[in-house]
Amino acid sequence: MFESLSDRLGKIFDGLRGRGALSEADVGEALREVRRALLEADVSLEVVRAFVEQVRERAIGAEVTRSVTPGQQVVKIVHDELVRVLGEAAVAIDLNAAPPVTIMMVGLQGSGKTTTTAKIAKRLSEKQGKKVLMASLDTRRPAAMDQLRILGEQISVATLPIVAGETPVEIARRAAREGRLGGFDVLILDTAGRTHIDEELMAETAEIKQLADPHEVLLVVDALTGQDAVNLARSFDTRVDITGIVMTRVDGDGRGGAALSMRAATGKPIKLIGVGERMDALEDFHPSRIADRILGM
Amino acid sequence: FTKKRLDEAMLEELEDVLIQADFGVETATSVTDALRRDRFDRDVTTAEVRAVLAGEVARVLAPVARPLDIDPAHKPFVILMVGVNGSGKTTTIGKLAQKLSAEGKSVMLAAGDTFRAAAIEQLQVWGRRTGAPVVAKPTGADASGLAFEAVTRARAEGSDVLIIDTAGRLQNRDELMSELEKIVRVIKKVDPTAPHATLLTLDATTGQNALSQVEIFGRRAGVSGLVMTKLDGTARGGILVSIARKHGLPVHFIGVGEGVDDLEPFKADDFARAIAGRAE
Ligand SMILES: Nc1nc2c(ncn2[C@@H]2O[C@H](COP(=O)(O)OP(=O)(O)OP(=O)(O)O)[C@@H](O)[C@H]2O)c(=O)[nH]1
Ligand SMILES: Nc1nc2c(ncn2[C@@H]2O[C@H](COP(=O)(O)OP(=O)(O)OP(=O)(O)O)[C@@H](O)[C@H]2O)c(=O)[nH]1
Ligand SMILES: [K+]
Ligand SMILES: [Mg+2]
Ligand SMILES: [Mg+2]
Repeated sequence: MFESLSDRLGKIFDGLRGRGALSEADVGEALREVRRALLEADVSLEVVRAFVEQVRERAIGAEVTRSVTPGQQVVKIVHDELVRVLGEAAVAIDLNAAPPVTIMMVGLQGSGKTTTTAKIAKRLSEKQGKKVLMASLDTRRPAAMDQLRILGEQISVATLPIVAGETPVEIARRAAREGRLGGFDVLILDTAGRTHIDEELMAETAEIKQLADPHEVLLVVDALTGQDAVNLARSFDTRVDITGIVMTRVDGDGRGGAALSMRAATGKPIKLIGVGERMDALEDFHPSRIADRILGM
Repeated sequence: FTKKRLDEAMLEELEDVLIQADFGVETATSVTDALRRDRFDRDVTTAEVRAVLAGEVARVLAPVARPLDIDPAHKPFVILMVGVNGSGKTTTIGKLAQKLSAEGKSVMLAAGDTFRAAAIEQLQVWGRRTGAPVVAKPTGADASGLAFEAVTRARAEGSDVLIIDTAGRLQNRDELMSELEKIVRVIKKVDPTAPHATLLTLDATTGQNALSQVEIFGRRAGVSGLVMTKLDGTARGGILVSIARKHGLPVHFIGVGEGVDDLEPFKADDFARAIAGRAE
């Protein structure tokens, strides 16, 4: 449905066969197409504006060599800049703290927190030999706790026994105690989904965070997210100071521009991506691949 | 009121407002083009700009704002709920069961998500909340078999409405879309006229991918109407305007929260005003 940026820029620069440096005029027209391509990939407008200015500075005066066309040259500059903003290297979950190392999962409703909690637990227990405890603090969504318990059974990872009637803060306290007494290396807290403008629930998140003192606070976001990505990432970051982002549904055919928006809005690394519903569908984040996808390459 | 000239700079600002509401570049441009045609170079107040913008958006949406008609000639009237993962299918079923029961209809639910952990338990909680019986099989059972059984049972028990839940699936997963086609085929074995409504839930937070969801679920599952969920967040759901222009599918409801009563009819004017309210 969408034309790739390379094709568009190819057309713009069709007439321009000359060598040498890119002029301000050449770059200006190309950047309008870059803007459009980024918006179609769901990069938030505010991030698009800043990004386009960065590209402009890099592109004007850039040398076009014999081996590339001006279009290819601009695409390369855009691509490199995307990778730079997305973060050059993969950043792993940090477990460098006294056990039980607590990881807290936060995010909007249905973004994939519970599934990702179990995927991370499986990875840490199977690949890194960690003894992991998962606890659901979701007292709101019907059968949310059962969901985590069943996933725990599937992947042979312990879950905190369900006790009816406790508040999320009480569960967090019990989980911390169980994590210590049970000799667990890692404790993962799955929380209920919430919209970032729900003041009461955002206050609850902050309270849980203060009590649990997590070493990692991971914001779980849908790769299909649209323009609201900056707002939601910034709100969660302001409120609970996230340490990283997990993008889910990267197995979809969305363009994933939200990755750029959220990284730019918070400066926090995208640590992992979800690429399916199954428990092993979790991968490290590769900025270059997401950059390709955003550009439709 | 201070009047300002509706010039190119102002049109560009309006276009940005629409882009930030997930209209997409093409649809945002087409809306501002309409304003340029009608009002260019006139002096306008902020209130006027908002009104004209809202009017333009509402004009596109009005034809798709249509209620879900439950034809009593079909007994049961079968509703199939489809959509990508986490978009709000199961919750919307709960809300819909509540609404239809309140209208005096007998509602039965079918736990057709036999894949995701605790999906069945989740629907059963909604069944208890709304007093609707739930047809279920253990996790891992064949979803189309469950659908067959549910339609048969709803017919035998004389239910007015049967709402069938399905597992979330991304529209680019061909084998999962084939499974959905199979569910529809099997339902038709019991009642060739069913499903009488196939509703696609769209998460308001979703960006341009929602267009492809409508297109592919429409083609593979025969979507008859849309429900936009999670409009209680800050996302504006402007993609609905693009969808209305390209597909013209009815939008029946919006979800505005997680509670049983948080389902409202889709109103083109309200929706348009909420978006235009952001224009300076
Ligand atoms: N295709 C795909 N589906 C995913 C991925 N991650 C999660 N899901 C699915 O998305 C849906 C929602 O996932 P959950 O883990 O329940 O989301 P959540 O954030 O815990 O939801 P709430 O607790 O209701 O806020 C489920 O159907 C998951 O199977 C992913 O990476 N790819
Ligand atoms: N704020 C808000 N949350 C909603 C709305 N509709 C659904 N949700 C929440 O979104 C999450 C996912 O909803 P589900 O109904 O489980 O979604 P689903 O499409 O059935 O998910 P899968 O079966 O896993 O694909 C839950 O936490 C719901 O409470 C809504 O209108 N507003
Ligand atoms: K979502
Ligand atoms: Mg959850
Ligand atoms: Mg469901």
